[in-house]
Amino acid sequence: MTGAIWNLLLGIAWVVLSGDFSGLNLVVGLVFGYITLVLIEPQVEALKGYPARIPRILRFLGFFIKELVQANLRVGFDILTPPWHMKPGVIAMPLEARTELEIAMVANLISLTPGTLSLDVSDDRKVLYIHAMFLDDEEELRRNLKEMESRALELFR
Amino acid sequence: MIEVVKGTLVLAGALFMLLAALGILRLPDLLTRMHATTKAAALGVILIMLAVALHFAEVAVAARAFAIIIFVVMTAPVAAHVIGRAGYFVGSKLWSGTVKDELRPNYDPLTHELKSGMETQANAKREPKHNDPP
Repeated sequence: MTGAIWNLLLGIAWVVLSGDFSGLNLVVGLVFGYITLVLIEPQVEALKGYPARIPRILRFLGFFIKELVQANLRVGFDILTPPWHMKPGVIAMPLEARTELEIAMVANLISLTPGTLSLDVSDDRKVLYIHAMFLDDEEELRRNLKEMESRALELFR
Repeated sequence: MIEVVKGTLVLAGALFMLLAALGILRLPDLLTRMHATTKAAALGVILIMLAVALHFAEVAVAARAFAIIIFVVMTAPVAAHVIGRAGYFVGSKLWSGTVKDELRPNYDPLTHELKSGMETQANAKREPKHNDPP
């Protein structure tokens, strides 16, 4: 969090000092601010772990877009072809996420990938009930969901 | 070159939206319909907005296009979750091909209590919670 604030401050400082108040220049300032933070990270305790965060977010975005398109195509194929290939069902997924915010994020991500829809969280917040469209290979699906959850949690922790 | 990319994006987006519309008509029950509508439509909006950002190639338009993408991505799953959950608990029938339902045995329709199936003797008793209705 501290890292993000410093990055924003450095970006704004760049915009003010260079006197060019455009969105593009702010992006340039943010990039230079990020490079500065990466360079001084070993010396500043408060910035620990900040530089690793941005590649991690980018990798997560890539992974997520891949999942999104793949799963959408699969659902689309099943809609277009007359016999149903799907095997829908409700499964219970044990949650690693603990706080409300984490659970909300994980549930949203799961809802966003086609083929899975988060239905509800149990009262003790240990299990997320998910409606899945393709239960042919339940183990595989559970592994995918777990991977998505741990990757999403990495972004917060 | 850029024309081809834009055209592909718009066409793909429109196709995904068409798939969503077909899905509403064809799929057998509420929950599977929610799958088709929200996600295929969200992906369609994302692709079309990317095409818009490319077409105008201005910071102001691109910023708005990305804002639209972010809002759609934030709201679509919440809406799908709320509609699906409400439909399920109100008792809409699941499709006959549904292979398993791990929620039903853990749900008590009288108290609206939803167990996790991981209870032990220690935590099986229900404690009052801060978000309970008075």
